[in-house]
Amino acid sequence: MLTLSEAQRDQILATCVRALPDEGCGLLLCSPEGDVVEVIPSDNVAHSARIYEIDSRVLLRAYRRADDEGLVVGGVFHSHTHSAAYPSPTDVAQAPDPTWHYVLVSLKEPEPELRSYRVADAVVQEEPVHVVDVH
Amino acid sequence: MAAVLRIPTVLRPAMGGASVVTVEGATVGEVLAKLAIDYPQIKGQLLNDDGSLHRFLNVYVNDDDVRYLGGTDATIANDDEITLLPAVAGGAAE
Repeated sequence: MLTLSEAQRDQILATCVRALPDEGCGLLLCSPEGDVVEVIPSDNVAHSARIYEIDSRVLLRAYRRADDEGLVVGGVFHSHTHSAAYPSPTDVAQAPDPTWHYVLVSLKEPEPELRSYRVADAVVQEEPVHVVDVH
Repeated sequence: MAAVLRIPTVLRPAMGGASVVTVEGATVGEVLAKLAIDYPQIKGQLLNDDGSLHRFLNVYVNDDDVRYLGGTDATIANDDEITLLPAVAGGAAE
């Protein structure tokens, strides 16, 4: 299960909308238990509407922060601008870590759709997403 | 030269579980070639068959991407920190 605050969800959606017409992307900094601590937006260095790649400098900073603060880089999000919020064969082939949350945002329809998956040994399993109102 | 190698979580299971190891080598290429011998299961993620840096591996020496330091020819000084960062990438369905 992926739990996001409303602010975290909105940050993911805003990052993806801002990246249009390209795919948007970013990382999820998580507690060791897998709870999202922070959403880290990245440039899509592929600059493409079909593929994404996280900026390696963002990756470097995220991993260093995670090590320094006892956190983990626990997931990635990216958008599909013209297709469903489901991992593509490329996404699955390049999914490196079975412990990660793979968050997909579809901007195909006027209302963005956010879904999350686990990918282990090329098997895709959707996980529930809970958005909690934190005040 | 002895440098510190930081290993991201995704590669740790294939590299004995450690997050930081000490490596020997004068260049990034030497370090990666040695890792490919010590950990053959990740060889294909590190280097191409011709010894060049794999497209989906980023390597940093301290704060610098080695692609801007001469790639595998980038030299290493004592106490440098090398970080391996497999690319996080993907794409939409056609």
